[in-house]
Amino acid sequence: MSARLFISRDSGALAVGAEEVAQAITASAGRRGLDIQIVRTGSRGLYWLEPTIEVETPEGRIAYGPVAAGDVEGLIDADLLTGGAHALRVGRPEQIPFLKRQTRLTFARCGITDPLSIEDYRAHGGFQGLEKALRLTAPQIVDEVTQSGLRGRGGAGFPTGIKWKTVLDAVGDRKYIVCNADEGDSGTFADRMILEGDPFLLIEGMIIAGIATGATKGFIYIRSEYPHGIATTRDAIEIARKAGYLGASVHGSGHAFDLEVRAGAGAYVCGEETSLLESLEGKRGVVRAKPPLPAHKGLFGCPTVINNVLSLAAVPTVMAQGAAFYKDFGVGRSRGTMPIQLAGNIKHGGLFEAAFGITLGELVDEIGGGTASGRPVRAVQVGGPLGAYFPRALFDTPFDYEAFAARDGLIGHAGVTVFDETVDMRVQARFAMEFCAIESCGKCTPCRIGSTRGVEVIDKIGRGEAVEANLTLVKDLCNTMKFGSLCALGGFTPYPVMSAINHFPEDFGPNESGRQAAE
Amino acid sequence: MAYEAWNEARAREIVAAHQMQEGPALPILHALQEAFGSVPDPALRIVAEALNISRAEIHGIVTFYHDFRHEPAGRHVLKLCRAEACQSVGADRLAAHARERLGIGWGETTPDGAVTLEPIFCLGLCALGPSALADGQVVGRLDEKRLDAMIDGIRR
Ligand SMILES: Cc1cc2nc3c(=O)[nH]c(=O)nc-3n(C[C@H](O)[C@H](O)[C@H](O)COP(=O)(O)O)c2cc1C
Ligand code: SF4
Ligand code: FES
Repeated sequence: MSARLFISRDSGALAVGAEEVAQAITASAGRRGLDIQIVRTGSRGLYWLEPTIEVETPEGRIAYGPVAAGDVEGLIDADLLTGGAHALRVGRPEQIPFLKRQTRLTFARCGITDPLSIEDYRAHGGFQGLEKALRLTAPQIVDEVTQSGLRGRGGAGFPTGIKWKTVLDAVGDRKYIVCNADEGDSGTFADRMILEGDPFLLIEGMIIAGIATGATKGFIYIRSEYPHGIATTRDAIEIARKAGYLGASVHGSGHAFDLEVRAGAGAYVCGEETSLLESLEGKRGVVRAKPPLPAHKGLFGCPTVINNVLSLAAVPTVMAQGAAFYKDFGVGRSRGTMPIQLAGNIKHGGLFEAAFGITLGELVDEIGGGTASGRPVRAVQVGGPLGAYFPRALFDTPFDYEAFAARDGLIGHAGVTVFDETVDMRVQARFAMEFCAIESCGKCTPCRIGSTRGVEVIDKIGRGEAVEANLTLVKDLCNTMKFGSLCALGGFTPYPVMSAINHFPEDFGPNESGRQAAE
Repeated sequence: MAYEAWNEARAREIVAAHQMQEGPALPILHALQEAFGSVPDPALRIVAEALNISRAEIHGIVTFYHDFRHEPAGRHVLKLCRAEACQSVGADRLAAHARERLGIGWGETTPDGAVTLEPIFCLGLCALGPSALADGQVVGRLDEKRLDAMIDGIRR
């Protein structure tokens, strides 16, 4: 019997040499006449251990990592194929604390299965949610999603069931499901992991959304920065169509639904839902004023559900296990699990899916293990480029939409980016303004012009020019942007800027150059 | 990366192949750039005509998106991530090193036409930074030494 090995094909693993490792194993096994089979999976999301090799043994899978191509000969000498002892052996993946502490609902399969094997998907519980949905009426499906308490995972946290109900009730001969896979926030990669590691899950979620709202066509808008995500999702759609899950009669149900992937073109603002719809229509990605809501007049003027990848990917679990099961996880009005992404200067970076309620400190210090550099943690940005910087003093904040809002922050797409003590918060505030200036769609003056002014004024503070007066100017500017912007790009850029000023005032004082010199 | 030389008949063929989709503009522009390495003015004329929109309109669309090039890039394209998670592990320092080594700034191409250096804002490799996209290949845990080796490899 051949030995079965598992190596990720996720771009995170590929970026650090997984392909070379797989090739080295194939070559070595060939030379030694060993009978092996390598299954290319998604990533488990334990990125500090990538590239990881897992081998099937009678006790379950045994993992080794991080493996370099040069380690392969030694590993095979050490009986890798039967789970032999080696310095890189980390044992059963499920027993690694980082994985053991998680509640994997959305990411239950990711890293375990072959992302393009529909048999594998089915064997691991795939399509059970769809089968359940096909036994219900459209309003019953919508009701189940509403009852689950699921809120949009793209940032705004709007209840998914209510959005779906609006589209179900809207009149239109054509309706659309649009998946927002623009994932532009730095510090986030959960959408990418699903696109590359479990695309059938997203497809299943979108089919259910279609049946629930009467939509017959879906688009997945994936940022161009994700070439592997685009390719894998396209392949998965093709396979699902051949297997009868997409097309004129989904799984023989008589419901028509089909999907198409569209690539973005490098504009961050196209993650904003109305800008995304403009872009799908082939226009400049200029944000639309609301109303009308996309649920009433969305893509090509038709009623449209637009949801983040993770919102749609949570739906099969909700349907298969029931709303009550899903809702049982979490705290307050934040129900279910959140795939949190630990990023930046962190020892154990990766994907951590957990019920809402875990604190920022637990995430960064216990699960993440502190910084990768070994220096003390100084600041943590939560929620991407529009999210606030939190100091250690706020590490007791629980992961919960309302708790973060109460501390002038946001969860966003749940990216947690860690910085050590060498960070200069004035530089981070400047970058937030610069990023806004680069990515502004140009519709509102405070966002388009204000951000550029912000960069200039923060530069003056850096040079020690009229520091007090210029700080007041930055605060005024932030106020104008907050209240004078149509969307959250201009409206939320003040979060990183003001949190940097409020929590780290020492980096904005005239002594700032002194702090740097001390390092 | 090798691209086709500009050829109007070929461009029309590409436009025609994508024209029937819903919202065809971006798929067409992507396909043109994939074939020719950029979307030059004559291509825009063809697209405007095919989609029945004005030249100004297609110009507005193509310039809105950072991905589309008016001029072809160098023979190799190095995109370094400039976003926050990569900043936290030294991306700014790495970028300064790259600019100095190549003797060019962001968005510029070396005089020998070998390398174009561009910023990119996040590749979703934020737990593996600093990261880069080198001729379309994802690269993580980049440091000065590996960057130098990559540049030397390209130049040779
Ligand atoms: C500037 C900007 C960028 C955004 N980027 C994304 C994104 O990349 N992905 C996403 O799902 N939502 C993004 N959003 C939020 C969307 O506008 C929208 O709320 C979301 O797609 C709705 O889906 P959900 O209810 O499932 O979260 C962004 C919003 C703004 C203002
Ligand atoms: S805030 Fe900025 S990005 Fe948003 S609509 Fe206004 S100009 Fe466009
Ligand atoms: S911030 Fe560089 S890859 Fe995400």
